[in-house]
Amino acid sequence: MSSEPAPPSPDSVPLSALRTGEVGVVAALSGGHSLCSRMLTLGLTPGAEVTVLQNYGRGPMIVRVRDARVALGRGEAEKVLARRRAG
Amino acid sequence: MSVRAVPETVAPPVVGERPILVALAGQPNVGKSTLFNFLTGLHQHVGNWPGKTVERKEGHFTFNGASYRLVDLPGTYSLTANSLEELIAREFILRERPDVVVAVVDAATLERSLYLVAELLPLPAPVIVALNMMDVARQEGIQIEPEVLQAALGVPVVPMSATHGVGMPELLETVERMARGELPYAPRLPQIRPDHQEVLETIGERIAGYVPEPYPREWVALKLLEGDPEVTRMMKEALPPERWAEVHTVLRAYDDAQVAVASGRYEWIGRMVRAAVTRPRIGQIGLTERLDRWTTHPVWGLVILASVLGMLFWLTYTVGAPLQGWLENGVGALAEGVRGLLAGAPAWLSGLLTDGVIGGAGAVLTFLPILVIFFAAMAFLEDVGYMARAAYVMDGLMHLIGLHGKSFLPLFLGFGCNVPAILGTRVIESRRARLLTILLAPLVPCTARMAVVAFLAPAFFGNAALLVSWVLILTSILILALTGAVVNRLMFRGQRSAFIMELPLYHLPNWRTIGLSIWQRSLSFVRKAGTVILAVSVVIWALSIFPGGNVEGSYLARVGRWLEPVGRLAGLDWRLTVALLSSFIAKENSIATLGVLFRAGEEGLAGMLAATYSPLVALAYLVVQTLFIPCAATVGAIRQETASWRWMLFSVGLLLVISLLAGMAVFQVGAWVAKGV
Repeated sequence: MSSEPAPPSPDSVPLSALRTGEVGVVAALSGGHSLCSRMLTLGLTPGAEVTVLQNYGRGPMIVRVRDARVALGRGEAEKVLARRRAG
Repeated sequence: MSVRAVPETVAPPVVGERPILVALAGQPNVGKSTLFNFLTGLHQHVGNWPGKTVERKEGHFTFNGASYRLVDLPGTYSLTANSLEELIAREFILRERPDVVVAVVDAATLERSLYLVAELLPLPAPVIVALNMMDVARQEGIQIEPEVLQAALGVPVVPMSATHGVGMPELLETVERMARGELPYAPRLPQIRPDHQEVLETIGERIAGYVPEPYPREWVALKLLEGDPEVTRMMKEALPPERWAEVHTVLRAYDDAQVAVASGRYEWIGRMVRAAVTRPRIGQIGLTERLDRWTTHPVWGLVILASVLGMLFWLTYTVGAPLQGWLENGVGALAEGVRGLLAGAPAWLSGLLTDGVIGGAGAVLTFLPILVIFFAAMAFLEDVGYMARAAYVMDGLMHLIGLHGKSFLPLFLGFGCNVPAILGTRVIESRRARLLTILLAPLVPCTARMAVVAFLAPAFFGNAALLVSWVLILTSILILALTGAVVNRLMFRGQRSAFIMELPLYHLPNWRTIGLSIWQRSLSFVRKAGTVILAVSVVIWALSIFPGGNVEGSYLARVGRWLEPVGRLAGLDWRLTVALLSSFIAKENSIATLGVLFRAGEEGLAGMLAATYSPLVALAYLVVQTLFIPCAATVGAIRQETASWRWMLFSVGLLLVISLLAGMAVFQVGAWVAKGV
């Protein structure tokens, strides 16, 4: 699994940087083909709205995407780039 | 996506010739098993997919006089070959061409669960959507109009609630009419981006004539564009090299297409859902999210997990252990009865039946009550939705040994018995993580091993026996963690598989699902005791009695004496070595073997052992015994689940080395300290 950064995007941050309660919109995915495929399948496609349900700053985190709760390891959450939704 | 012609109707099955084949597809946690259990009840068979270690459930039922064969496809989020399950599900539909595919979707997570439907529609089998959990969706504040969804999808949609049996007759009627070709079937397929559509056509032309049966050409082209590893491998083999090079060049230019294809499916879903969902989920906080604040909290989550597990241990020892004791007495009485009946028969026949068959396989069967408690607890926790939370809170600790959260539960099962632990590794997607978990599972001290400790420790250590037991358990866990870290670094170069999983909604337990799960698992354990374990018991019994008719001169004793030099390094004489070897059938056999070797009943044995061996030797023996090669049933399970003799032998070899090294360390260091004092 590669760990190169995703294509640069000025205002997007790793999903892991979003705090509990914050809402983001998926901008891009990095990481290997099969990890991307699994994340896409679970609804983390560019444009999808993601609500962070739990992020303690370390360890895995929980997000709500398309009405389902998805747990992501920290490493995996770093590979999802998201734009913060103002509000 | 593709616009390939899906057959408008399906030829009606000839009644009385062959049952109608129905495949049940769906993502995990959408209530697929509940539906399967409701329809088939006890008319189901659980096995493995041929050559695979994925569970295959099949059952039958009759409806309106026609008989149906229902195959439960593995629960998968998509049909892209990310895992064995996904591969199995799509291969089944493509090769077996079921008369009807029932796609179960969760009304409460409609968008996400329609993703699988988007992948099912282009396959050559008619799909019916079972819109399950309508009651849960309503509770969450979501309102859906099934007729609108049906019109939008172009396939029958049946609203239902499998837990309450609501909508079942309607579903069956729809299946029947679909199988008879009485329903119109014109699915609207997801569209693909115009530039990708062109690429698809180009690929389609290049591969025309080379696509192996039974794969539809346009489906193969789409999967190539998505970068599906299996289809890519298949077409690389099927195409002449220069043709493959052409296709490969086209694909390389579009290697980000999987994102666009998946997004396209979700856009298509979005259109369906916008039409059919009249009131979306509003921002209220449901029960699940309120409970999750506690169960997934980094501190409270671990406290709750520890309490749940503590309760499970408590149940095992207060309910399971006495039941096991009764069964043991029963097995003992049975052996005596048979011995009495066979008083006039040849001694070998009596010995074979009482010591070999009843003493070996019978002893293993006495573990059934403890296993049933474990199976019940696990099925319950799984069904109410707690398991995913346990995996989540343990993720951090499991990282330390090169695994992630999902490996925790199978390992925990090992405290009951290593066999369900090994079978339980099926929840782990990545083969690497699964193999490592299987390798580590036998290092979890099971109840049978702890029974041996419980018998020997008081004789040697008196009041400190409990302390010694705890130290042994902690040592095992420590060695497990070290082995995990080292093996992960050496064999898997420290790679870690991705942790990404859904946390399902909590819901009330479905007793039918839980009951059937306990029944199936117990049945498979009993079957194993009656076959593999029985055979091994008889072989070991024969080795312990031939050629001379007694243990001292038997082949087993010869092996023990031959191995004694190795055992001596850990302070073990030939008798303890033989006891260790005999624990291969079932761990508690080592007590029985020592009983035979010392010609003592179990009451006198502890005292005789304490008079023969020093506490240091006893401690070394307990360490080796606790870490030694697991029982035959576990080794069989390792072979079955890894589908590899080499992994099985590696596992046995590794445990042999670990246990002997640990025993030697205890004995040599202990002796050196004693000398110094």
